[in-house]
Amino acid sequence: MKIKSQKGFFSGLMFTVVGVAFAWGATTYNVGTGARMGPGYFPLMLGILMAIIGLAIMFTGLTVQTDDGEPIGKWAWKQVLYILGANLAFGVLLGGLPSFGVPAMGLIIAIYALVIIAAQAGSKHALPSVLGLATVLAVGSYVAFIWALKLQIQVWPTFITG
Amino acid sequence: MELIHNLSIGFGVAFTGVNLLYCLVGCILGTLIGVLPGIGPVATIAMLLPATYALPPVSALIMLAGIYYGAQYGGSTTAILVNLPGESSSVVTVIDGYQMARKGRAGPALAAAGLGSFFAGCVGTLILAAFAPPLTELAFKFGPAEYFSLMVLGLIGAVVLASGSLLKAVAMIVLGLLMGLVGTDVNSGVARFSFDIPELTDGIGFVAIAMGVFGYGEIIANLSQPEEDREVFTAKVTGLFPTKEDFRNMLPAVLRGTALGSSLGILPGGGALLAAFAAYTIEKKTKLRPGEVPFGKGNIRGVAAPESANNAGAQTSFIPLLTLGIPPNAVMALMVGAMTIHNIQPGPQVMTSNPELFWGLIASMWLGNAMLVILNLPLIGLWIKLLSVPYRFLFPSIVLFCAIGVYSTNNNTFDIWMVGIFGFVGYAFYKLGCEPAPLLLGFILGPMMEENLRRALLLSRGDWGVFVTRPISAGLLAAALLLLVIVLLPAVKAKRQEAFVED
Repeated sequence: MKIKSQKGFFSGLMFTVVGVAFAWGATTYNVGTGARMGPGYFPLMLGILMAIIGLAIMFTGLTVQTDDGEPIGKWAWKQVLYILGANLAFGVLLGGLPSFGVPAMGLIIAIYALVIIAAQAGSKHALPSVLGLATVLAVGSYVAFIWALKLQIQVWPTFITG
Repeated sequence: MELIHNLSIGFGVAFTGVNLLYCLVGCILGTLIGVLPGIGPVATIAMLLPATYALPPVSALIMLAGIYYGAQYGGSTTAILVNLPGESSSVVTVIDGYQMARKGRAGPALAAAGLGSFFAGCVGTLILAAFAPPLTELAFKFGPAEYFSLMVLGLIGAVVLASGSLLKAVAMIVLGLLMGLVGTDVNSGVARFSFDIPELTDGIGFVAIAMGVFGYGEIIANLSQPEEDREVFTAKVTGLFPTKEDFRNMLPAVLRGTALGSSLGILPGGGALLAAFAAYTIEKKTKLRPGEVPFGKGNIRGVAAPESANNAGAQTSFIPLLTLGIPPNAVMALMVGAMTIHNIQPGPQVMTSNPELFWGLIASMWLGNAMLVILNLPLIGLWIKLLSVPYRFLFPSIVLFCAIGVYSTNNNTFDIWMVGIFGFVGYAFYKLGCEPAPLLLGFILGPMMEENLRRALLLSRGDWGVFVTRPISAGLLAAALLLLVIVLLPAVKAKRQEAFVED
C-alpha cells in the first residue's frame, strides 16, 4: 500500500502514538467515575479521542489522493541544530549546570555565544557583522532588562563577581 | 447614560501619562512586528509577557492589546509594499495592495488601509463597550455545564476557521488540552505526567510553549526555505491621499468590512484572520462600478475591506475574553496568561471587580487607534526603512529575546530547555502540516474544561444528559454541531479550501 499523503500519514501516526501514551499514562492515576472524576478521567478520555482522530488522519493519508503526495521533504537539521544549540548554550552559560559543576558565566557571555551560534543557521554570517550584532544586543539587553526592568539575572561570570 | 459614565471612567484611566506611554509603546511595537514579516503578535506578546511583571496590570494589558491591533496596521504596510503579508491577517491585502503599489498608487493603498482600519477600530471599540455589559449579565447565568459547552463551541469554531485539514486541527486542539493537563491536579493533588520532574508539577509553562512553537519553530522553518528576493519599494511613496473617486469606492467597502469584521470577531474562534478573508470574498462578489479596476489588479476596495475587517475583528475578539473569560484565539489566550500573571481571573467578574481595568483597556483601544493612524500615515517613511533590515540580523535577535524572556519568567534554566524542546516540536508541526494556533487555545482551555466538566457532572451525579437538558448549554452544543456539519458539507468543504488556497 502506498502512502498518498506523507504529511497526513505521519502526523496521524504522531497523534495516535501521543494519544495512546497519554491514555496509558492516565490509567496509572485514579480514573474514577463521571460523578466523581479522578485525576485520570479527563486525560484518559482525551487520549483515546486523540488516538482515534490520529487513526482517522492516518487513514485519510493512505486513501485520499493528493496532487504531489504531500511529501514531508528534507528536514533542515543544520538550522535545527544551530538554533537549538544556541538556545542550549545560552542556558548553560547563563545559569551554569550545578549538577555537573559547570559555573554560570552570566548574561553577557551567554548573549555572545547565542548570537554567534544562531547566526550559523543563516546563509550569510560574516563574523564582524555577527559580532557587531551581538554587541548591540548585549548592550541593548543590559539596558532594557537589567537597568530598566531590573530583572534578577546574573550579568557577569561567577569567578569575577564571586 | 451608563455607557458614557463607564467610558468616562475608562478615559480617566487611559489618559494618565503612564498608560498613554504604554499604549504608545504597544502601538509602536505592534506596528514594528506587523511590518516585519516572520514575526507575529503571538510570539511578541509571549516574549513580552515576562516583562510586564513589573508593570501595573492596567498598563500591562493596555500595552499588550496595543501590540495586537497595532500589528493589524503594520501588516498592511508590508503587504502593500513588499508583496509579503507582514501578518497572517494581511494575506488578502497583498493581492490588490501590491498591484496598486506597482502602479505607483502605494500612497492611496496605504491611506485606504490606515483610514479603514481607524474607522473599523473605532466602531469595534464602541461595539465592545456597548455589548460587554449585557453579555456579562448573561455570563453570570452560566453554570459549569454552559461553560463547558461554550468552550466546546469555541474550540470547534477555532478549528473550522483554521486553514488546512479539519481533522488535524481537531487533533491539535486535543493535544493542546492534554498538554494543559500536565502538572498537579487541583482536586486530588496528584502530579500528572510530570515524570518526577519538580518543575513540571506546576505544569508546562505557557510562555515556553508559545515561544518555542511560534518563535523558534517558525525561525527554523523560515531559515530552511531558500532566500527569496524581496522587491522593496524604497522609492518615496508620493501622493498619500486617495482621490475623490477612491473615497467613493472605498467607503462602502470599509463599512461592509467593519460590519463583517465586528460580527466575526465576537464569534468564538474568530478574529482578525477570518474577518479579512470573509471581507475580501464578499467584495469580490459585489459588482464592479463602471470604470473600476478589477480585483487582483489593484482595486482599492480589495485593500480597504479586508484591512477594516481585520482591525474590527481584532477589537471585538476581546469581547468573549472580557465577558466570559474565554479566549477566542491564540492572542487572546496569551491575554489570559497576562491577566493571570497579575492575579486577575478573566471572566464576567472583571467588569465589576476591576472596572478601571476593564474600561481603561477599552478606552485605551480608541486612543491607540488614533495613535496608530498618526504612526502609520505621516511616519510611513520610517517603517519603509525598517523593511530593509535583513532577516539575518533579525532572527538571532528573536532567538535571544525568546531565551531571555522565558528565563526571566521563573529565573530557571529549566524553562530554557523546555523552549528548546518546543522549538523542535514546532518545527515538526510545520513539517507535518499541522497548524499550531489551535494547540495554544486548547492548552489554555484544558484545565478550565476539565474543571467545568467535573463540576457539571458532579452536580448532575454523573448524568451526561445535563449538557443537553439545560437550554443554553444545549443551544451552544447545537451551534457547535451545526458549525461542524456546515464545514463538512461537500459544497462548503470545497469552498473553504478554495478560500484558503486560491487567493
